Amino acid sequence: MTLVLKNVSYTFRNEANQKNKVISDLNMEVRNGDFVSLIGKSGTGKSTILKLITGLLKQDEGEILINGKAITLGDVGYMPQRDLLLPWRTIIENIMIASEIQKDLQITKDEARSWLDRVGLLAYENALPDQLSGGMRQRAAFLRALLTGKDLLLLDEPFGALDALTKKDMQTWLLSIWQELNKTILFITHDLEEACFLSDRILLLHLDKTLDDIPVNLSRPRHPEMLHEMELITLRHNLEKRIAHETN
Amino acid sequence: MKQIKQWLQTYSLFLIFTLIIFILLEYLVRSELIPAFIIPAPTSVITSIIENWKPLFLEHLPATLLEFLIGFVIAVVGGVGLAVGMFFSKIVEKTLYPAVLISQMIPIIALSPIFVLWFGYTIWSKVAVTVLISFFPIVVGTYDGLKSSDKEYIELLRSMGATRMSIFKKLNIPMAMPSFFSGLKLAIVYALVGATIGEWLGASEGLGYYSRRMSGNLNSEGVFAAITILTLLGILMFALISLIEKRVLKWKYTD
Ligand SMILES: Nc1ncnc2c1ncn2[C@@H]1O[C@H](COP(=O)(O)OP(=O)(O)OP(=O)(O)O)[C@@H](O)[C@H]1O
Ligand SMILES: [Mg+2]
Repeated sequence: MTLVLKNVSYTFRNEANQKNKVISDLNMEVRNGDFVSLIGKSGTGKSTILKLITGLLKQDEGEILINGKAITLGDVGYMPQRDLLLPWRTIIENIMIASEIQKDLQITKDEARSWLDRVGLLAYENALPDQLSGGMRQRAAFLRALLTGKDLLLLDEPFGALDALTKKDMQTWLLSIWQELNKTILFITHDLEEACFLSDRILLLHLDKTLDDIPVNLSRPRHPEMLHEMELITLRHNLEKRIAHETN
Repeated sequence: MKQIKQWLQTYSLFLIFTLIIFILLEYLVRSELIPAFIIPAPTSVITSIIENWKPLFLEHLPATLLEFLIGFVIAVVGGVGLAVGMFFSKIVEKTLYPAVLISQMIPIIALSPIFVLWFGYTIWSKVAVTVLISFFPIVVGTYDGLKSSDKEYIELLRSMGATRMSIFKKLNIPMAMPSFFSGLKLAIVYALVGATIGEWLGASEGLGYYSRRMSGNLNSEGVFAAITILTLLGILMFALISLIEKRVLKWKYTD
């Protein structure tokens, strides 16, 4: 699995035909098994990039390729910024929805259950989303993306609304699932420490629409103690400085 | 048991209020402060219902019920069909939505003699009034409900490769349910009104016909007997739809 974006541009147009060129001549590559974070100030176009890769938005110029083929809808597992669990479906029905939509995708109820067990939601299998806390809902939304069965997962600020402790737990199991299933993850976050801790590489999107590709030189597997390692702290400071001088 | 308690909690004030009004009316009529042909005493209305139960319940109620049911079913099937058509086709929407709106501006009572002209004194002239009057809330409720699906939810399903049909089934329909049921509750009450109006204009049976005949005889107990049965029927129908709604929209009513 390789994802390549070549000279991609995208412009939003509103009813008054005003144009807002959000993505301009963007080049990036995500290789098989990579964990890549996408960071940048609010409004730089991170969510837009994810929507382009899902195929929900169509680029005006350039190419988006998975394994050399132009992407189409249904190629990736996508977890949007809001959890968007359907309120009338139970948790297990919510996480299995992709298997109802894609006929070639076979997921048994038992498999779905074992995943719920993995993330501590088995007791809520038949609960409605409204009965769950924010953290639980995020986990369910993640499983829904995971159970699309796609190799590439696009996660838009999955842990954005969580408290620090819950977030740490979620990061740990996200890494373990990623490694176990050999998934490729493109991950948007505002939390620089989180980006450093999770990723192999960090893509920093600037307001001037340029992109920095920054490697993270931390060994795998990652442990929470690594948060205090010099390498990580220095990198975090470095990123902070690079972003801080940008103004909207 | 718990349900009964909850029910009493919700409605006890209203029941007490109704009771007071009834007692007051009873007193005003009996003490001849109000003449009985203006407003009958509640007890004489009840007596009238009991005395005339045979024609009321075996002849007139079934007649009204049949007109009402046929009209309501046609309105639901046609209304939902039209709403779905407008949802899927801009052309259908642009052509027919204004027509649906305008149909509501028509003073139906004024139009009804036309129905008698078309359908004669058959059941269909009443059914036509019933359909015309209850169609609107169903179309609007269903159509607005179908359109209410959040763009983000649609995008989520599209990202999984969902077709328009599976988005319709998995998202649009469930999303439309609350609004559809609001329309349905209005429509079922309107439908009963429609059947009654239809009977006023020309009929030989039905509760509307009965109340009009009684008013011709200056028999106010008889008028109110029919009105009471119609009102109770309306409440019953409304409650029935609410019950189905609670079942279907369980997810909305659990907390
Ligand atoms: N549907 C839309 N129509 C018009 N403009 C849009 C639309 N969605 C996003 N934009 C614009 O595109 C730009 C980038 O938005 P985007 O949501 O991709 O940013 P982001 O980096 O994800 O921000 P955040 O960190 O706040 O989530 C913003 O200026 C926004 O106003
Ligand atoms: Mg965003």
